[in-house]
Amino acid sequence: MEELANLFHGFAVALQPFNIMVMILGIVLGVIIGVLPGLGGANGVAILLPLTFSMPPTSAIIMLSCIYWGALFGGAITSILFNIPGEPWSVATTFDGYPMAQQGKAGEALTAAFTSSFVGALFAVIMITLVAPLVASFALQFGPAEKFAVYFLAFCSFVGLSKEPPFKTVAAMMIGFALAAVGLDSITGQLRLTFGVTELLNGFDFLIAVIGLFGIGEILLTMEEGLSFRGGNAKINLRVVLHTWKEMPAYWLTSLRSCLIGCWMGITPAGATPASFMSYGIAKRLSKRGKKFGHGEIEGVVAPETAAHAAGTAALLPMLSLGVPGSPTAAVLLGGLLIWGLQPGPMLFVEQKEFVWGLIASMYLGNLVGLLVVLTCVPIFAAILRIPFSIIAPLILVLCAIGAYSVHSSTFDVVLMLVFGVLGYLFKKCGYPLAPLVLAIVLGDKAEEAFRQSLLGSQGSLAVFFSNGLVGTIMVLGLIALFWSAIQEGYSRLRAATA
Amino acid sequence: MKRSVRVALAAGIALVAGQIPALAGWEPVRPVEFIVPAGTGGGADQMARTIQGIVTKHNLMKQPLVVINKSGGAGGEGFLDVKASAGNPHKIIITLSNLFTTPLATGIPFNWKDLTPVAMLALDEFVLWVNAEKPYATAKDYIDAVKQAGGTLKMGGTGSKQEDQIITVAMEKATGAKFTYIPYKGGGEVAVQLVGNHIDSTVNNPIEAVAQWRGGKVRPLCVFDDKPMGYDEPITDGKAWKDIPTCKSQGLDIEYLMLRGIFMSPRATKDQIEYYVDLFKKVRETPEWQDFMKTGAFNTTFMTGADYAKWVETEEKRHELLMKEAGFLASN
Repeated sequence: MEELANLFHGFAVALQPFNIMVMILGIVLGVIIGVLPGLGGANGVAILLPLTFSMPPTSAIIMLSCIYWGALFGGAITSILFNIPGEPWSVATTFDGYPMAQQGKAGEALTAAFTSSFVGALFAVIMITLVAPLVASFALQFGPAEKFAVYFLAFCSFVGLSKEPPFKTVAAMMIGFALAAVGLDSITGQLRLTFGVTELLNGFDFLIAVIGLFGIGEILLTMEEGLSFRGGNAKINLRVVLHTWKEMPAYWLTSLRSCLIGCWMGITPAGATPASFMSYGIAKRLSKRGKKFGHGEIEGVVAPETAAHAAGTAALLPMLSLGVPGSPTAAVLLGGLLIWGLQPGPMLFVEQKEFVWGLIASMYLGNLVGLLVVLTCVPIFAAILRIPFSIIAPLILVLCAIGAYSVHSSTFDVVLMLVFGVLGYLFKKCGYPLAPLVLAIVLGDKAEEAFRQSLLGSQGSLAVFFSNGLVGTIMVLGLIALFWSAIQEGYSRLRAATA
Repeated sequence: MKRSVRVALAAGIALVAGQIPALAGWEPVRPVEFIVPAGTGGGADQMARTIQGIVTKHNLMKQPLVVINKSGGAGGEGFLDVKASAGNPHKIIITLSNLFTTPLATGIPFNWKDLTPVAMLALDEFVLWVNAEKPYATAKDYIDAVKQAGGTLKMGGTGSKQEDQIITVAMEKATGAKFTYIPYKGGGEVAVQLVGNHIDSTVNNPIEAVAQWRGGKVRPLCVFDDKPMGYDEPITDGKAWKDIPTCKSQGLDIEYLMLRGIFMSPRATKDQIEYYVDLFKKVRETPEWQDFMKTGAFNTTFMTGADYAKWVETEEKRHELLMKEAGFLASN
């Protein structure tokens, strides 16, 4: 129980007035960063890093991690209100969050998103507190083959578990893979599909694609359908919050499952984005209300938000215990640690007890503070929906353009964003799903890299993907997910035949 | 009062450094962009953000210094951006070996001569690491094992056709052993893959692997420099950076150091170059910088002006030769 004593000591550190002030400031800044599309958590933390150099390391990390929590909370806001994911892991939140806002239930959606985020984070922090040393060794088992298996599972569960026609899903995914292949091929070090255009050196950035596909695409659709947001009559007050809370316990199974998916994906360095997609896909298949997913089902907000936040929090564990950042934001935090003279790694838990446990205690408190801050602001966010479309649409366009520009400070990206907007509009018009396209842009090059690294190591033998229990299990799960419909059909036919 | 003390201190430091800033000299009039041609969290990024922190903390510049990552195309994006900003003195870039390797391997229209050299800040060392559970005690043990395995032992490194792979090929040439080279995104990931036994060795920079070394998970075999590193503070088990033998002394005659230097946009004036040289001299005097050098066991060689340009030119020729021998040139 030495950990528990350490934790209480950590609370004493985190509860100092200065640290609490820093915490609130960090959350507010983080929410602002999360709301602005393009200005992601990693960029936000990087920009604000110098602010913290004059602080003691413990206060500094509390502030930075609170910015991180704030960004995780904030990413949900624009996803739900405007169908523009502020962060990659909020994409899955738009699937049901935005329809809810359109039905005038923005308050419920926001409350559900924030509360599930809190639950996910809390679960992950408790896990960090209890099993920190064990988990560290588990993450080490993840080589390229295991990573590929996780991505494979994410892709397969999307094709097999989606209610869209599988061929449309595959078609959209393939376009995503093609777009993900543009830029530098990290295995051979050669440029691919850039056709000598230097702007394409970087490939297609996921954020620009998402801002265009979702944000601009949505505005185009709304314009066509009569220039108005449906949802202007959203009723938001304390009663909505309490009412939503009363409903939440009904989804405990989905929450728990999402927490587990999130923690697992956060520790294995797969990250929050596949966690949110996978959790959404699995909830859709396994939930009783799964058929209604995509039409404004509150469970469809709970699942991805819980998983994303659990993964985002769990990603800090390998960073602290191994020095491996589980997410880009964690990578920037890692840089921060080095600047304060702290060397992340197995020895950090031994040599810098006050720092580590102060940080862990601040995760509990920071998330609580974050939940209170964003919940009190729900009415303000939701009131945005009452502003007439003719005023809000240009504002969103400007916001999108700023977001796209700020990713690489390049005007080419703004043009690219508009092109993706048209693509998003066409996709929706033709009934092709956008989510698999986005998933493939985000994870396509990572999956390719892991696949080729595995084959290099195995001298080209595909057996590497079934070479040990861990990787084999994940691959088999993926295959089952891919052929789920066929398996289910075969099973029911078999039952019909015997009956 | 505080401010004047600080100014006096800065002036004092400048005096120590043997350089009095010309009163009528050039100074930035708007924020300076500090381009990092690599991703967030990597070695160059860490150095750039440390410098940014030092400049902010010690008030070394009147205008803010803003770090911007432009990592696309193995850093090509960042280099092309600075190249296109001729005559804009508010843009500087920190370089690593991709200054040479990226244009050579990808054929993008860029050469370091397109930029204005400012100063070499330090050189980064490379160390041959193996997992501590493995029995290899010396570089020779390991190379023998590699030969025995006939090409199945895995060397992990950062990027493809960049410094880590160049060293690997040089090792193959020098010893006749064959490795399977597996490229990863960053040095931190490579270090962890080694701890997890997914690869057999790495040539990580000290700063990328020090955490694992302190934890007793990896073992350094030799350093690719002509003399041992100069840091004698024990890291783990009574061993210090100084105790790692040179690869040359182990019969592996390879030297490789990576540039951590600063360039600025083309067509800079003498005043402007001097301003930045002076700035980095002040940065080097701070205790934070010295701590950073110690943590990463850097080689602290500092160069400016013609010396620096000459050094870079020699290095460029060497890289061209190494990459040509390895078959890494874009025309291949």
